[in-house]
Amino acid sequence: MFKKIVVPIDLAHVERLQKALHVAAGLAREHGAGICYVGVTTATPGPIARTPEDFAAKLEAFAKAQGLEQGVKTEAHMLVSHDPSVQMDRELEAAVTALGADLVVMASHVPNVTDYVWSGHGAHLAAHSAASVMLIRA
Amino acid sequence: MADQSPQDQTPEGIPSPEGVVNLIDTDYEVGQDNVEGNIGPFGFDIHNPVFLISGLSIVAFVFYALALPEQADSAFSWLFAKVTKGFDWFFLGSANIFVLFCLLLIVTPWGNVRLGGSEATPDYSYIGWFAMLFAAGMGIGLMFYGVAEPMSHFSSSMGGTTVENGIRTDWAPLGAAAGDEAEAVRLGMAATIFHWGLHPWAIYAVVALALALFSYNKGLPLTIRSAFHPIFGDAVWGWVGHIIDTLAVFATLFGLATSLGFGATQANAGLNELFGIPVGSVTQVVLISIITAIALISVLRGLDGGVKVLSEINMGLALVLLLFVLLVGPTVYLLKLFGSSLVAYLEYLPALSNPVGREDVNFSQGWTSFYWAWWISWSPFVGMFIARVSRGRTVREFVVCVLLIPSMVCVLWMSVFGGTALHQVVAEGYTAAQDAALELKLFKMLDVLPLAAITSLVGIVLVVVFFVTSSDSGSLVIDTITAGGKIDAPVPQRAFWCVFEGAVAIVLLLSAGGLQSLQSMVISTGLPFTLVLLLMCFAIARGLISERRLHR
Repeated sequence: MFKKIVVPIDLAHVERLQKALHVAAGLAREHGAGICYVGVTTATPGPIARTPEDFAAKLEAFAKAQGLEQGVKTEAHMLVSHDPSVQMDRELEAAVTALGADLVVMASHVPNVTDYVWSGHGAHLAAHSAASVMLIRA
Repeated sequence: MADQSPQDQTPEGIPSPEGVVNLIDTDYEVGQDNVEGNIGPFGFDIHNPVFLISGLSIVAFVFYALALPEQADSAFSWLFAKVTKGFDWFFLGSANIFVLFCLLLIVTPWGNVRLGGSEATPDYSYIGWFAMLFAAGMGIGLMFYGVAEPMSHFSSSMGGTTVENGIRTDWAPLGAAAGDEAEAVRLGMAATIFHWGLHPWAIYAVVALALALFSYNKGLPLTIRSAFHPIFGDAVWGWVGHIIDTLAVFATLFGLATSLGFGATQANAGLNELFGIPVGSVTQVVLISIITAIALISVLRGLDGGVKVLSEINMGLALVLLLFVLLVGPTVYLLKLFGSSLVAYLEYLPALSNPVGREDVNFSQGWTSFYWAWWISWSPFVGMFIARVSRGRTVREFVVCVLLIPSMVCVLWMSVFGGTALHQVVAEGYTAAQDAALELKLFKMLDVLPLAAITSLVGIVLVVVFFVTSSDSGSLVIDTITAGGKIDAPVPQRAFWCVFEGAVAIVLLLSAGGLQSLQSMVISTGLPFTLVLLLMCFAIARGLISERRLHR
């Protein structure tokens, strides 16, 4: 039913993503789909990597490790954002379309009062993307 | 290295940053001193201790200025006078060094180094990039001084020199031009261009280049302290760096808040002239609130969706106003003036920039030294913002676009606005602009041109939008510095700085003399920063040498 699953990840908080990673891998095995891990970085040095190419390498390594561990076909895709805190939602949405994904599995926080003003990345994607979206609450 | 090739570029054109860079070896990890958490539902990610120290000291200073206004005023004006009068030679000399250093970068092979690595591609188109750096860098001053400054130098030059006890007491530049109208116009324009041309932009270029180089090519966090790594080594991650960053936050926030206050005064004067809206603190507080609200929307919409869009609107409006004045004003006279002002600028440049043995003390200390201190105190903010949007340019391209093109735009602006007002005085005998108060000169000049009601309104809108574009980019810069160089801190944080800045401006505006005394203090921070900038030139040279070595 699904051919390509996109899993947006935050390399700085992999521990919070475990549930979503497992669900995505399970779905991929069941449907024979490939997983594409999407990571967002900035052109300026950040906690994960000091250059975008360094970030790409780490993301690639993460995808490979996941592929071996979960036994599914994986790839990685990096997004460089000018202003991730604000623009990530739209850029993620565009990337999901560009990558031709039919399912997005992503970890999401439990909504709180700020979601009335700033909705979560997952909520934005679910509201705007043509692909199916599955949000995994922490 | 990444195994991502150019073929991996996504259809939406996201660049795959590649190429040779020479990273600085350091154990520091961006964000390692940061504290992350939540206050209620709001997330935060702040640098410890820069965020707290700068926040608390700003509150303490505002409190001091409010609680002891007279004492604060006398303390800060004493400091201000000491700095601009006692160190004029230092400001003038250093600014000359910055200009020469930048020109050197254009002609030497160092200019070939590309910010972000040899294969990096620019993040922004020329127009978007130029609009952003210009709107952040000059903005409001052009509206405030475009008519006022040429007029002022012209009038003082016409007045000739007066000497008391062997000291010049007039405010004319150089030897003045008593009674000679044509020469007074030339001298006035040359002096104005001197203050708005190469020197201020060289100051910005040095800071911006240092930050861009050490962030994009050397892999250090995007914050002021990084530029000092070649000098202090890993000590910049400790207290040395905390102090540098706190000072930068301090200068940026107070610089913005005081300008916001003065901008509200000018917009208020314009509204009064146009619609008879009363001049007073109520109107000004409303204006600051509106400006802050628009800036808040802009920062919440992000760099590309808010700040860039507003900067482009701003440039478009300014261009329309410029063309309008050029066409309905004395067009031929203005175009000739543009050419002759440039010649006059080059002719008087050596004398005007001479740091020692000046006879025109009031001019060189009261105008030039004041301006240099002002530009330098703004440089951390403008430089950091320029750095953030300049990735992918070569050093040569960068310096040409940050130094030469803005300087030419300023020359054109000053020639058209100042020239129209001068023409009104010299050829038409209309002196309303000459006689008006500083914040009214622009509107008085527009008054005798056709469609005055519309152009004055555009003028007021421009004043407001210029403020918004300084305020929103300033909030982003402060947020980045106080997050230890991370540009992906939670959104409520930048909203906090934007609102805080508006609040400080309102508090200072309501206190008697609060704005003036704190402006004096901000300008005084220009002195330590001049030293900082000189060190930056050295750091840039070292950084570029190490980049070049890699390409051989």
